[in-house]
Amino acid sequence: MTSNIDDFRKLCEVMIHSKRDDHFESIGIDFEKIEQGHVTLSVDYKESLVGNPETGSVHGGVITTLLDSACGFAAGSVLDTLGLTPTIDLRIDYMGASAPHQTLYAEAEVYRNTRNIIFTRGWVYQTNKDKPIAYAVGTFAKMGAKAFKGYREIVLAAHAKLGVKHE
Amino acid sequence: MSELSQITIAAREANNVDLLIAAIPYAKLLGVKSLSEDELVFHLPPAQSNVGNPTLPAIHGGALGGFMELSASLYLIMKMDVLKMPKVIDFSIDYLRAAKLIDTYVACDIVRFGSKIVNVGIDAWQADKNMPVAKARIQFLVE
Repeated sequence: MTSNIDDFRKLCEVMIHSKRDDHFESIGIDFEKIEQGHVTLSVDYKESLVGNPETGSVHGGVITTLLDSACGFAAGSVLDTLGLTPTIDLRIDYMGASAPHQTLYAEAEVYRNTRNIIFTRGWVYQTNKDKPIAYAVGTFAKMGAKAFKGYREIVLAAHAKLGVKHE
Repeated sequence: MSELSQITIAAREANNVDLLIAAIPYAKLLGVKSLSEDELVFHLPPAQSNVGNPTLPAIHGGALGGFMELSASLYLIMKMDVLKMPKVIDFSIDYLRAAKLIDTYVACDIVRFGSKIVNVGIDAWQADKNMPVAKARIQFLVE
């Protein structure tokens, strides 16, 4: 059990809202929902993400970033103490190309949380939630708690600086 | 004939994959280049916009995966003689080391070229080619 899902939400907000010109910002990833072991992210369509200029569909790499992020955040949400979980491996099955000009949603869940490894699965859909365009399984490592000593304080301080309001 | 098909033909004739890279917005977003000394080794120079973990800093696993996926598609387009973009059936990536914010390289290898399905192996490395940061493989559907 994570000690505090609210702390984890703050970590997510720091990662998304701190405008560091990083890959989350470059792709345009937003959080839709963060629950323990279940995370939904989204990406709005934009021309710079296009992988096939003939059809206008976004590149598979965008789907990879969405799924790696959603599965990774879902894994991070079940840690005992606030921290990050590096990806060990990721496998993505494409049911079809994404439709242009439509938002992409990635949903991910933890299906097993073991002592050292967190097993997740994720899926990406657009307008029809019941017909995902891609499915994934991702495996994540738990890093030693020592690696994140004092991490909670750093995250909370960074979050306070952002001034994001909570309900 | 579509504009992309014309670019594909031109890229193959000139043996210049950069023509294709320039036509793909996502390739520009990542900043993918080809190595001049070897056309089909791909190069991703360090860019803040590809960072996923600011504390190391490390390249986002999705940016690295996207770079490898894109490299495999470009490699296949240059090697094939059809004009349709190959479709990815599935993609599998093993992350072996944290990818630091330094030059990253990708090389591809066609493992099997079937009548419908092509299996491509992909290696990514940084300072030392013998110490890959990730290994991946793609199954493409070619029609």
